[in-house]
Amino acid sequence: MVSGNGSVVRKALLDALSLPAFILFFTMMGFGSLARGAGFGADMAVVASLLIWGLPGQLAMVELTSTGQGIAAVMFACSLANARFLPMVVSFVPALARGQASLPRRLLDAQLLSINSWAVCMREFPHIEPEFRHRYYVTFASSILFAAAMGTLIGYYGAILLPAVMVLGLIFVSPLFFALVLSAVNGHAERFSMIFGCATVVLANYLFPSFDLLITGVVGGSLGFVAGKFWKPRNAG
Amino acid sequence: MPAESLWLIVLGCGAATFVWRALGVAVVKRIDAQGDFFQWITCVSYAMVAGLVFRMIIMPESELASVSLPIRVSAVVIAFAAYFLFSRRLVAGVLAGGLSLSTLVHFFS
Repeated sequence: MVSGNGSVVRKALLDALSLPAFILFFTMMGFGSLARGAGFGADMAVVASLLIWGLPGQLAMVELTSTGQGIAAVMFACSLANARFLPMVVSFVPALARGQASLPRRLLDAQLLSINSWAVCMREFPHIEPEFRHRYYVTFASSILFAAAMGTLIGYYGAILLPAVMVLGLIFVSPLFFALVLSAVNGHAERFSMIFGCATVVLANYLFPSFDLLITGVVGGSLGFVAGKFWKPRNAG
Repeated sequence: MPAESLWLIVLGCGAATFVWRALGVAVVKRIDAQGDFFQWITCVSYAMVAGLVFRMIIMPESELASVSLPIRVSAVVIAFAAYFLFSRRLVAGVLAGGLSLSTLVHFFS
């Protein structure tokens, strides 16, 4: 169990720098160069990374803007691509164990959340004393947010040019990281949900590409939830 | 497109994403963290995130689409092998996976 302000901050920084900060740096480099191609300014690209703070939505914004869609259509697509934040915030807040906090503070916590901090915190929280989890989360999330903003800026100006094969390897690192982190998740219902989610996304993407993740969440999650219920009694008995 | 419209798009998209986060904050106050509804929402998040990752690997929309499926799957297998071989160190898995993808692309495509 990790506790104490100093050690929890140190752990958060080490966990961020061990991989996630670099992953976000390189991923957001890709976003920065796409944003430039779509006609956005460097300042706009960085603000987009900080404010939207969810890559699928950012990519939707850039793609639809470059094809000349109206602002309402762009906002709708971005919102849809980032709808996962609703269930993610709901499942995250109780684990954060923050107790009573004012509404602006709770909204700020929600704004800082990304798929990276969600996955890493869900993995690390069981090893951190509840009263220090919030400090861990804020330290971790702000360091990767900083790395993302820097990546966006550097990608925008194309400061680092890498060979194409290496770029492919770097893009691949992001899903790989999540796959490894998720493989360590405990709980039968959670595991079933992930398996059903993978199966559902293929069909959902084929049938309703714009809504594939929403469908995946609801269908895969519900199947996983039910499977978890059925699995429990046998194990408990 | 004029800068004002682009700024409007950026801020609008930020707001459009924030809506989901704020809704999450509103919903979580009203539910019991030990109850079935909470457990279901957690399952939904895991299914969504796993689905997203699976989609990124199996049906990528990024430049990864130019890499053949067998190469992508082999790199994932190598990554998991390295991860478990080096007592579940994420760095080992990610490095092995990324490097093997680059190497396989270099030699086979």
